[in-house]
Amino acid sequence: MTLTKAELSDLLFEKVGLNKREAKDMVEAFFDEVRDALEKGNGVKLSGFGNFQLREKPQRPGRNPKTGEEIPITARRVVTFHASQKLKATVESTPRVNSD
Amino acid sequence: MTKSELIDRLATRFPQLVAKDAEFAVKMILDAMSAALIRGDRIEIRGFGSFALNYRPPRLGRNPKSGEKVEVPEKYVPHFKAGKELRERVDFVASTQ
Repeated sequence: MTLTKAELSDLLFEKVGLNKREAKDMVEAFFDEVRDALEKGNGVKLSGFGNFQLREKPQRPGRNPKTGEEIPITARRVVTFHASQKLKATVESTPRVNSD
Repeated sequence: MTKSELIDRLATRFPQLVAKDAEFAVKMILDAMSAALIRGDRIEIRGFGSFALNYRPPRLGRNPKSGEKVEVPEKYVPHFKAGKELRERVDFVASTQ
């Protein structure tokens, strides 16, 4: 099972008592606000879940895997996510069958 | 931006709701996302990104103090991959071109 925006808005409808429209808009707004903060260059800290940070990567040499031609990979800003200690610990201590 | 700042922003965007609703909604969303990862399920948010567990095989590590070898058991760690829209909006190179 994959968790998507649809399941999250169902949850807000059932558990928070928002109407269907509000529930859908709230889920959309949640990710929109996080995206906006990151776009403005601000990290996002969601205690108990994890932190989204921005990293600036310098230009580095790359290669076209098909042709072998050398092309620089341009400098860029990327998002990284670090799960909270609590989430990491719970994921680690939950037994699971190796399905990989 | 912290969780409480996020709650404030959402409360402002939904003036018809009581502020407690925004707080409860944020808590529900984060709890559901944590629970999905703990179950080993993926999370896919279009336009934002996806979360999944990455497998780390068992390995021989070393106690940095004593130099003694220790077996580090296999484990799973949460991993986030930014979606195309988030990646493009955050990348200053793309946004200035």
